[in-house]
Amino acid sequence: MSDLDQQMYREVILDHYKNPRGHGALEPHDAHAEGQNPLCGDEVSIFVRFGADGDTIDDISFEGRGCAISQAATSMLTEMVKGRKASEVAVLPRDELLDEIGIPLTPIRLKCAILGLGVLKVALHKAKGTPLPEEWRGMDGDDLTIG
Amino acid sequence: MAVTPAAKLDAQKLRADFAVFDEVVNGKPVAYLDSASSTQKPRQVLDAMREFYEHSYANVHRGVYTLAERATAGYEGAREKARAYVNAPSSREVIFTRSATEALNLVAYSWGLENLGPGDVVVITELEHHANFVPWQFIAKKTGAEFAHIPIDDLGELQLDALDEIASRGNVKVVANNLVSNTLGTINPVEKLAAWAHEQGAIMVVDAAQAAPHKTIDVQALGCDFLAFSSHKLCGPSGIGVLWGKRELLEGMQPFNFGGEMIRSVSLERTSWNELPYKFEAGTPAIAEAYGFGVALDYVSEVGLDAIEAHEHDLVVQTMDALAEIDGIRIFGPPADRRTGIVSFELENVHPHDVAQILNWENVAVRAGHHCTQPLMTRLGVAATTRASFYLYSLPDDVDRLIAGLHKVKETFGV
Repeated sequence: MSDLDQQMYREVILDHYKNPRGHGALEPHDAHAEGQNPLCGDEVSIFVRFGADGDTIDDISFEGRGCAISQAATSMLTEMVKGRKASEVAVLPRDELLDEIGIPLTPIRLKCAILGLGVLKVALHKAKGTPLPEEWRGMDGDDLTIG
Repeated sequence: MAVTPAAKLDAQKLRADFAVFDEVVNGKPVAYLDSASSTQKPRQVLDAMREFYEHSYANVHRGVYTLAERATAGYEGAREKARAYVNAPSSREVIFTRSATEALNLVAYSWGLENLGPGDVVVITELEHHANFVPWQFIAKKTGAEFAHIPIDDLGELQLDALDEIASRGNVKVVANNLVSNTLGTINPVEKLAAWAHEQGAIMVVDAAQAAPHKTIDVQALGCDFLAFSSHKLCGPSGIGVLWGKRELLEGMQPFNFGGEMIRSVSLERTSWNELPYKFEAGTPAIAEAYGFGVALDYVSEVGLDAIEAHEHDLVVQTMDALAEIDGIRIFGPPADRRTGIVSFELENVHPHDVAQILNWENVAVRAGHHCTQPLMTRLGVAATTRASFYLYSLPDDVDRLIAGLHKVKETFGV
């Protein structure tokens, strides 16, 4: 085991995993999407409520089950995007989230880390017609899975 | 499992054939516990393939020159070895495919599309690999046939008392089942299912991908109609698999792929099909891979399937006993004497992906995920499991390292 290895489960990741922020369904909500990562069966469901301007993400929550990386990353994502504009979040570069997560990720685990971000962008797409992230294009709207 | 002491294999000695174990990290080779997914390759197979490419390679069944004759002899020799391995009556019934998956798709498309319709019932099981599940689900939808499943009990064993109810739903035409579950290791009662299938006038399709590397298979004793297995799970190269089918069924089926090799004659008006097995082998096949597959069958047969089965049984018992001592572990599947060398489990409050990631720190390789058995995961009430699986080169020390690694996982996650 190397130091690099251990960083993957640094305290902040385990904290978000065990005590996820913004956890649970949000009712009523303005935007919602679900997605799976078929590699490991990770599931994330995201709910968004917009502010009076119809663009600001006033509240956001998620439900899901999966590995520490996927669930912690989604928890961190909800904190990151709260109060920001939907139009801006719809094109949020994945690196911004990855910087926040701040751990070395193999290509396979990268898919776990960006699952929540993809699902959020799908939710915004369904509610506001913002662009879909590349890896989700061509998927059926109600049955989104990244490969 | 009655096994004579003479059937024991020496895993430590066999490991000399596998260069992968020469590579050490912190003084230890990989504890490779993912053989159910794919096995490592012995140098006998690799050397033979290289030799074949260097001295016997050309396309098959075409050239009249010496190299082409050697290549054809090598390719057809492998077919005969595959025939003998499963005790098939004729090598004409042995079709080389890209994989066991392709073999099962071949049956679903070529037999299923022609023979299924409304009022018919396709029967699969709750613990089927997606390769023997999704093709049938798709073809059933396409033809209007009903798609029924045989449920499992809490130990992951088929509930055969559900068969009468399934038979009452219509004309059962296909029963598809794996001989060994790739997720739980359950050894399924395929002989009984085949007998029941035939009573219903149905065909029996067996996915033996997970069985063929670990136990003796006799298609005639099983009484099935089709059986699929692959090379890469039994020490051979990837990219090659086998479909065995009863001759009269294969003869009555349309081809699955079209192109060169599979035709008898082609004109602008019509095309007629080649004889078995070539009717189902369109295009240039994986020639050297087929040859290497044959060498792998020799290798595994020489070690001895009884010895492999007994060796894996010992490792399964060791693993299940040790796991039972760890708080928060739940083992899935039947008791050791009713499974092959596979142990799936979960550790409470830690996702299998995280378990596998931390085990990798200790150079312990296990599989984490749904193992291409999502309906089974749903039945077990989990999204995924961690799976340790064994083969002829696996050591008791690999199991010890797995257990030590799991304590590391618990420590990291504080569970």
